[in-house]
Amino acid sequence: MTPRSEQPTTRRPEQAILVGLAPPTRSTLAGSGSLPVETSDPKNHRRAERPRLASRRPRFHALAEAAIRVLAFSSIAAIILIFVFIGKEAWPLLHDSAIGKEVTLAKMWFAQQWPGYDAPEHVWQPVSEIPKYAVWPLVVGTLKVTLIAMLFAVPLGVGAALFVSQYAGRRLREIIKPTVELLAGVPSVVLGFFALMVMATWLQQALGLDSRLNALVAGVALSFAIIPVIFTVSEEAFGAVPRSYVEASTALGAARWQTIVRVVIPAAGPGVAAGIALGLGRAVGETMIVLMASGNAAILSVSPADSVRTVSATIAAELAEVVFGGAHYTVLFFLGVLLFGFTLATNLLGEFAIGRMRRRLGGMA
Amino acid sequence: MQKVQIESVGNQTRNQSILKIITQGLAIVTVLLAPLAAAAGEITVKGSDTMVILGQRWAEEYMRVHPKATVQVTGGGSGTGISALINGTTEICQASRPMSAAEKEKLRDRYATIGVEIPVARDGLSVYVNESNPLTEITMDQLKLIFTGKVTNWKELGGPDAKIVVYSRENSSGTYVFFKEHVLKNADYTVRAQSMPGTAAVVNAVAKEKFGIGYGGAAYAKGIKVLKVKKDSESAAITPDEAHVKDGTYPLSRPLFFYLRNKPTGDVGAFVEWVLSAAGQAIVTKVGYYPLK
Amino acid sequence: MRGRSQRFGDVALSLGTGLAAVLVLLIVAVILGDVIYHGAPRMTLAFLTQAPREGMTAGGIFPAIFGTVALVVLMTLAVLPAGVATAIYLSEYANPSARLTRLVRVAVNNLAGVPSIVFGLFGLGFFVQFVGAGIDRAFYGGERVFGQPALVWAALTMAVLTLPVVIVATEEALAAVPRELRLASAALGASRLQTIVRVVLPQALPGILTGAILAISRGAGEVAPILFTGVAYYLPKLPTSLHDQFMQLGYHVYVLSTQSPDVDATRPILYATVLVLLLLTFALNATAVVVRSKMRRRFAGAAS
Repeated sequence: MTPRSEQPTTRRPEQAILVGLAPPTRSTLAGSGSLPVETSDPKNHRRAERPRLASRRPRFHALAEAAIRVLAFSSIAAIILIFVFIGKEAWPLLHDSAIGKEVTLAKMWFAQQWPGYDAPEHVWQPVSEIPKYAVWPLVVGTLKVTLIAMLFAVPLGVGAALFVSQYAGRRLREIIKPTVELLAGVPSVVLGFFALMVMATWLQQALGLDSRLNALVAGVALSFAIIPVIFTVSEEAFGAVPRSYVEASTALGAARWQTIVRVVIPAAGPGVAAGIALGLGRAVGETMIVLMASGNAAILSVSPADSVRTVSATIAAELAEVVFGGAHYTVLFFLGVLLFGFTLATNLLGEFAIGRMRRRLGGMA
Repeated sequence: MQKVQIESVGNQTRNQSILKIITQGLAIVTVLLAPLAAAAGEITVKGSDTMVILGQRWAEEYMRVHPKATVQVTGGGSGTGISALINGTTEICQASRPMSAAEKEKLRDRYATIGVEIPVARDGLSVYVNESNPLTEITMDQLKLIFTGKVTNWKELGGPDAKIVVYSRENSSGTYVFFKEHVLKNADYTVRAQSMPGTAAVVNAVAKEKFGIGYGGAAYAKGIKVLKVKKDSESAAITPDEAHVKDGTYPLSRPLFFYLRNKPTGDVGAFVEWVLSAAGQAIVTKVGYYPLK
Repeated sequence: MRGRSQRFGDVALSLGTGLAAVLVLLIVAVILGDVIYHGAPRMTLAFLTQAPREGMTAGGIFPAIFGTVALVVLMTLAVLPAGVATAIYLSEYANPSARLTRLVRVAVNNLAGVPSIVFGLFGLGFFVQFVGAGIDRAFYGGERVFGQPALVWAALTMAVLTLPVVIVATEEALAAVPRELRLASAALGASRLQTIVRVVLPQALPGILTGAILAISRGAGEVAPILFTGVAYYLPKLPTSLHDQFMQLGYHVYVLSTQSPDVDATRPILYATVLVLLLLTFALNATAVVVRSKMRRRFAGAAS
């Protein structure tokens, strides 16, 4: 294979995997890799056809091709516009003096001695005589719920993926994979509804928790949303481990489980890590589930039995009410910038991990 | 050149006809959706979640009597409604609290009017606890202590030894602000108070939570116990029923308002007049709030 | 000795991972079972075709279904051209190793990872406050027509959200079109654009459809992006213009579970609404799976 023709085939899986976190889109590594890929040199091709192009309706063609080129950058435009317009609404927080009287970055990130409180504290009370915009309770709440969700979703997602790729027979695989796809298709508002109406009561009765809605309920419900992400990406990663690795290991006398633990898992490691990173990004940004199931109290604590208020749920609950352009509005957009930045970082991390896995497998094969 | 004889020509032409059908279908739907003219005589009502059920019933009944009128009701909270009034996105704002001076100022800046305030019903803001809770009454002071987090166990109020689970509303709610002003005397809610997006969510939570406490409109009180409220430890415990809410002896009775930018005329005027009429006020009782007179 | 310990390791690993798989199956079964058990009795034709009554404690959910359909139709109109064009550019025109192409790919991947609530903020900040208010200033003398949450803004916000879904599915479909077809078309003197429009696109149509269906399924279920861009709690009439607000199934579920006036009276309605929403998204996903597997089979057949 020439380097040029190899590129698209190797690039495609990465993309399929990354977009796998938009739940319903997935394609298997093997599936898309095995399909023929058009890789002719675009420049030669065009030069050959130019005379004909000129004799037929050239203006129409040029117009259509220009339109394709312009539209092709809609994704870049979207990313830039999202960044610009969320940043624009959050920007006054840094320089507007009227808003500065009510809230500053320092007031948001450091404990303040508020009148009526005994000690300096982090308080989120945006509708008050003195509005208080401490973000730590929200950030800690978000991380807490995310951690709980990951604690459930990683073992379940990776475990099930390992089972499907290594142990399950054809029939079992054809039950498990569509079921996970089904779970991926469940809208998050439905998971939130289920957590709020059903699961909260079960968990409270089973564990004797003080309050019905808490970080644990929200975290478990959230894990349902990210299990499919982690499962899909991990399963693709396990499936992409070259057969020759497994055969070599078996030939050396390793048992099945030794091969899996020593060869398959390390080889697929970066892919699994990418799945986890994508799941993490999804968990941090997920809104409806936590809005409905977490109780939304901005408590600064580490206990999973306490109610939490996440960054995303705060935006969802409060933005509709604020006066456009005011301090509260600006702060909520600032929270949006935080979320956007964090998920961009986890995405790039995931992308990096997949690139590494490919380079490693490619280099060894 | 689509006549090239390659093996999948059949598929190709079939797919082209599918493509045609799809584009035609989309075109038809677009045409159906396209008319850009808004219907005349439309009245938009927005605001308080406490009043959303009331506004909706009014709208349903009014449109039944006046088939030509359209009344569109949305919730979101009193703050949302007032913002919408200021932003010009609604004609009538429903609010479960009076407009603040700052809000009136914003309205004046934009429209050179401080708006028109029309009380349309009365509510006895009720304190909800679980049906299994032995308590029957509570003082305003005790309420303040609970909702500011100074009292955290039912034992301190003579109840069972169990943590109090405090349910509050989202801060866009007029009820949230009214309760904060009249019960907490403007102190902050405890951070442990869980914010519910609607009164129904509070009722639902308290109904399921043995040691929960919450507050909300009288009309929502189903499946939970409503506590009698005492102004102070000396005074009588009062139920939020019609007589006590109307004469104001219930400490948490409050008017519910319509806010408009200007004196209502035309379609809006007719609707407001009807709401204040006997027919409109009868619906107030039906929903579970109390009429003005 | 060694044999036994090896067998133990295998048993432990297969049991452990098998347990994880069973738990995942169980989660899905419990959720679906609960929703179907409580929701099915209320699912009647009247429920699907009537408007809510008595403050949402009676009647049906037709306006929410209509709003959802209107939303996804408009969204599809917006996302298909942009998504398909991007995919065509990436797979037919762009030089795969050029920096610009790589940038487009990075953008697509990252767009897929942006949280839905951030799209909501974007929709409010860009479409409603910037574009909408701009249209009002330019054409309506500052009167608020488009400068407020509306169907069209919600649809466009959702279109940005589903853009990566369409791009990836379309690209996969384009890549699956046999190279011989392109060469045959070029050999007959067709221009590149003619080849794409007359040969490649018709062949890739099922794949593009898959992408559209997956996007619709996603768009039908998301709630966070439309919270501030156009959805409404209760509307007595259906949206008739682009700048009307609308009701939507997912938001209806949220409203009924948190803001309904009478929780007990609305519980059956709530469950039935959830069931409708689930059936809708599952049906869409299943269609996508069927279309895609058909496409794969056809090309597998053609290649051999």
